[in-house]
Amino acid sequence: MVRSGWFSRKPNGNKSSTDIPAGIVTKCQRCNEILFVRDFERNSKVCTKCGFHHKLSAYERLEITVDEGSFQPLNEHIISRDPLNFIEYPAKLEKAQTNTKLTEAIVTGTAFIDNKPVVIGVSDFGYMGGSMGSVVGERISRAMEYGLAHRLPVILFTASGGARMQEGLLSLMQMAKTSASAGKLRNEGILYVCVLTDPTTGGVYASYACLGDVILAEPGAVVGFAGRRVGNQDTGVNLPDNFQTSEFQAEHGMVDRILQRKEIRPALALLLKLFDGGRHNDR
Amino acid sequence: MIGDVFDFEKPIAEVETLIQELKSPQRREEALREGIDLSAKIAELEEELHRVMVRVYKNLSPWEKTQLARHKDRPYSLDYIRLIFDDFFELNGDRLAANDEAIVGGPAILESRPVMVIGQQKGRDIKERQRRNFGSAHAEGFRKALRLARMAERFHMPLITMVDTAGAAADLHAEELGVSEAIAHNLREFSLLKTPIIVTIIGEGGSGGALGLAIGDHVSMLEHSIYSVISPEGCAAILWHDKSRASDAAKSLCLTASNALSIGVIDNILPEPLGGAHRDPVTMAETIKTSLLSSLNKLDSLPSVDILIETRYQRLRRMGEYVERTPSEEDSNDG
Repeated sequence: MVRSGWFSRKPNGNKSSTDIPAGIVTKCQRCNEILFVRDFERNSKVCTKCGFHHKLSAYERLEITVDEGSFQPLNEHIISRDPLNFIEYPAKLEKAQTNTKLTEAIVTGTAFIDNKPVVIGVSDFGYMGGSMGSVVGERISRAMEYGLAHRLPVILFTASGGARMQEGLLSLMQMAKTSASAGKLRNEGILYVCVLTDPTTGGVYASYACLGDVILAEPGAVVGFAGRRVGNQDTGVNLPDNFQTSEFQAEHGMVDRILQRKEIRPALALLLKLFDGGRHNDR
Repeated sequence: MIGDVFDFEKPIAEVETLIQELKSPQRREEALREGIDLSAKIAELEEELHRVMVRVYKNLSPWEKTQLARHKDRPYSLDYIRLIFDDFFELNGDRLAANDEAIVGGPAILESRPVMVIGQQKGRDIKERQRRNFGSAHAEGFRKALRLARMAERFHMPLITMVDTAGAAADLHAEELGVSEAIAHNLREFSLLKTPIIVTIIGEGGSGGALGLAIGDHVSMLEHSIYSVISPEGCAAILWHDKSRASDAAKSLCLTASNALSIGVIDNILPEPLGGAHRDPVTMAETIKTSLLSSLNKLDSLPSVDILIETRYQRLRRMGEYVERTPSEEDSNDG
C-alpha cells in the first residue's frame, strides 16, 4: 500500500507518452525499444538497439539499393484479374493497392548500382503478403527475359509468404515459369542474385528464390519451406530456435552470406564488379 | 464394398451389399431349396448398380474427387509401372546423402522402347506408408529424381513421371537438407532437360512437391485426380480458420482435372473406369499406356531437341492469367 502511489501517480495534467504526435517515435517489433522515427528511418528500419531488421516496402528498398533516380519501372501495366472467381479476391487486391500504392506485389525495372546497369525486382510484403500470382510470376519472367535480351544481370529481393492461393493452380505454375526463366539466365551466363528478406517461404523459396547464382540474406529473416508450426505438428520433434531463419539456411548451405541491411548495396556493387558486370559475352 | 466408404459412395455400397447377400452361399442354398431363381433379381440389381455408379461418379464434387484421389485402394506409381512397362529395374539413392523411398524410379521398357520412369509412391499399409513417408518426398527424393532424369538425358531415353503426393515433406529433416532448393532445382533443370518428358498425375498433385516431378512436354491427369497449390484443408484453415470447410475450399481452388485443362495447365484428361481407377487398375493402366505412346509419338516428330526445349519453355511461359493495360487505359486509371 505504501508504495502503490508510485505506480498510480499520474504525470502532470493529462499528458502521457501517447500525446507525443504520431510519427515521432515507434517501437521495435522485437525488443520493444522506443525509437525515434527519424533515427529508425535513417537506419533503414533496423532497430538501433537490437539490430532487428523490420520489413521494407519495395520503394524503400529501392531507395537504399540503387543509384538515386536511376530506377525505371517495367511491366507496371500488367495487372491481376480474378481467374477463379475466388472468394473476396478482388476486394483483397483493391485493399492491397490502396494500402501500398502499388499495382502488384512486386516492382520490377532497370536501375544502376554504382553506375552499373542491372535489372532489379523487389517484392512488397505489404501487398497480400508478397504472394506470387500470375502477375508476380509474369513480371519476374519478363524481368529475367529483359536481362537476357539486354545482357544485364538480374537482382531480385524476395519478401513473400509463397504462392497466391487465390489464383490456385495458376499460382503454382508461376513457380515453374520463373524457375524456367532462371534456367535461361543460367544458360546464357547472366548473373542472377537473390537477396532473401523477411519472410521468404513456400512456393517462392522453393522456386526462383533458391536459384540465384549468389544468394544473400538479411539476418533474422524467416526463410523456409513450410511454416514452423507445420513442421512441429508433423513430427513432434523439438525444432532448433533458429529453425527456418536465414541463419538456419546459411548453416545448411543454402545461403552464401548473411549481410546487414546497410551492407547489401556495397555487396551487390562488388559482385557486379567481380562478375565483370554480370554478363559473359563470350557464351 | 468393405472398409472405408465415402458418403458419396453410400448409395453404391447399399446396392453392392444387396447383391453380395443374394450371391452368398446361404441365400443360394435357400433359394435352391425353395426353388427360387435369384439370377434375374441379381441381374436387375447389377443394372441398378451401374446406373447408380454412373450417376454418382459423373457428378462428383471437387471435394469428393479429392477423397477419391486419396483413396487407400487407388493404384500407386508402382502398380502402374508393373502394369504398363516391362523389365522395370529400380535404381536407388541420390548419390549425395540418402535414398528416399517416397520417390521410385528406374529404366524400363515401354512397348520395346527403353524409357526412364520416375513416380511418387505412397504406401499400402502402415509400415510401408511410414517407410515412404506417405509419399511426401524430402530433398533426397527430388535429387534422386534429378539424377535419373539426367541419366535419361545422357542415354536418350524419354522420361516418364507419375505424380501422386499430398506435398513435399515439411519437417526438420526436409529443411536441413534443403527441400526447397531440391524442388527449385528440379523445376529449372527439368525445364532444360534434353529429352522428352511426359507427366501423368495419377492421384494427388499436391503443391510444390507435385510440381517437382511435373515439368514436362505433355501433362495428363487421370479423371479423378487433383492438382492444387494448397490442400483444401490448408486453404480452409487460412480462409476460415476451419479445416472442416475443406469441401468449400476444394471448390474454390479449382483443383479438378477439368479445371486444370480449362486453364491450360494440362493437355488432356484420361478417363477412369467407372467408379475410379481402383476398381479396375488394368483398364486404367491400358488407358495410360495408350496415352503415353501417343504423346511420345508426337514428341518424336519434333525436328530437334532445341525445339523441344523451346516449346517446353513457351508452354510454361503461357501459364497465368492477367490483364495487360494499354498506355491509354493506364493514363485514365491513374488519372
